Amino acid sequence: MMRKVYMDHVAAMPLLPEVREAMLPFLDELFGNPQSLHAWGDGARDAMENAREQVAALIGGNAEEIIFTSCGTESNNMAIKGIARARADKGRHIIISAVEHFSVMNAARALQKEGFEVTVVPVDEYGMVDPDEVARSVRPDTVLVSIMHANGEVGTIEPLAEISRKLPKGGPVFHSDAVASAGNIPIDVKELGVDALSLAGNQFYGPRGSGALWVRRGVRILPLMEGGIQEGGRRPGTEDVPAIVGLGKAAELAGQNLEDRIEQLGGLRDKLIHGVLNTIEHSILTGHPTRRLPHYASFCLKFIEGEAILMLLNSQGIAAASGSACTSRALKASHVLLAMGISHETAQGSTLFTLGLENSEDDVDYVLEKLPAVVDRLRQMSPLYSKFLKEQRG
Amino acid sequence: MPVYSEKVMQHFMNPQNVGEISDYDGIGEIGNPVCGDMMTFYIKVKDNRIQDVKYKTFGCGAAIAVSSMVSEMVKGKTLEEALAVTPSMVARELQGLPKNKYHCSNLGAQALRKAIRNYAVKNKIDIPGLTDQEEPEEDEEHACET
Repeated sequence: MMRKVYMDHVAAMPLLPEVREAMLPFLDELFGNPQSLHAWGDGARDAMENAREQVAALIGGNAEEIIFTSCGTESNNMAIKGIARARADKGRHIIISAVEHFSVMNAARALQKEGFEVTVVPVDEYGMVDPDEVARSVRPDTVLVSIMHANGEVGTIEPLAEISRKLPKGGPVFHSDAVASAGNIPIDVKELGVDALSLAGNQFYGPRGSGALWVRRGVRILPLMEGGIQEGGRRPGTEDVPAIVGLGKAAELAGQNLEDRIEQLGGLRDKLIHGVLNTIEHSILTGHPTRRLPHYASFCLKFIEGEAILMLLNSQGIAAASGSACTSRALKASHVLLAMGISHETAQGSTLFTLGLENSEDDVDYVLEKLPAVVDRLRQMSPLYSKFLKEQRG
Repeated sequence: MPVYSEKVMQHFMNPQNVGEISDYDGIGEIGNPVCGDMMTFYIKVKDNRIQDVKYKTFGCGAAIAVSSMVSEMVKGKTLEEALAVTPSMVARELQGLPKNKYHCSNLGAQALRKAIRNYAVKNKIDIPGLTDQEEPEEDEEHACET
């Protein structure tokens, strides 16, 4: 049987067995509604409040500051729209970066229709935001700054603490989309100096459909939906207790094992990065060389296109991802790569490996064994490559 | 995996006639890297027939399969027969292409047409069907829009 190597953990991760075990009773006999005033309700409520403690502990926040949501996208939408709208009487200016996730970018864009102005701060070639640039963009009417903690396409970790220090005291609320980083690198909301932070369980071996938004006490936020009193009325709707329990358990495990995970994944990542850069000519690392997530090995392999790369890798049992135009439904190259100054042509060769706990050294060796042949095969049929070779020969 | 037909997968995994012809009689280049698909077709013509055809393609799985299919469809055909091959015929032979990929990846027939035109111009010959079925240029420019 062909070897299978899954390195697309940004798209989906397996549940950890302990997470699954923790969830199962709540899909079964512990089905109660946390709002009910009887034993069934008590069991569900206790589990939910325990999960709230677990999630808060992962990021150094207080349990009562955690709002459970259905995913990272909801957390980001709620933060951007909910905080901006709650502060609209103070001003209608928002700052985001050029490499934000669509759920931040498009939420900000939606607010433009409500009269908000959005400043998009650029990034450097590594995808890093310049804290001074953010500070310079702040105006008296700036009510919200949202800069991601780590980028979900290239893994670059943004200098949140430095940005926070440069924001005027009592000025804008500082939100960060930490969906890619939470549970993967240490987060302390006090050290980072943020006022709100989004996370999602499916990025650290928790269930899909689980997310949270941490909002510092005292920061006003309006709900996205009207409804009942769940989550203090900020996020109404019957709670998804199994997902919440799974999120909590995943957060607890991530917190306990973070250092080991970083060491394991970081080692594999570095081996993969060095292997690719050393064996494949005209390959570039995307994102920051050192300030990057431990499980992200992202490249642009020149003269070839990402979808074709993924298809050939898949035929060898390897799962990866790409930010090429052809792999996107909208047929647009990744805005993150373009914002980093990478050309459309080079961005076409985007190839992203996101490692996970079940990956081994052997897996990395297997990718390093198969990838060069895949690249070579596509280059042999690429007119860009033959043009390049001809020009090189003069 | 993208939702491709069996035929597309066959041609993608085993593309036919890949390469260049150094002493080509006609060459046709189409596409741009912003959309992600570029194709260069080379033809060798003898007695008004496409004696040999090769291509190089930069692009997605569909673009590679299209190039391969076009090369198969026109090899050994007369220039008139080759000119009669349209993008929709290519798509049909490939058991269909995904809707969003139809325009950007399906440039093979146009690249081949350009190669035939290049041959005709160089040799100052007039081939029926070469000019009257001209594809509008904007098709190429807007190829990445769906």
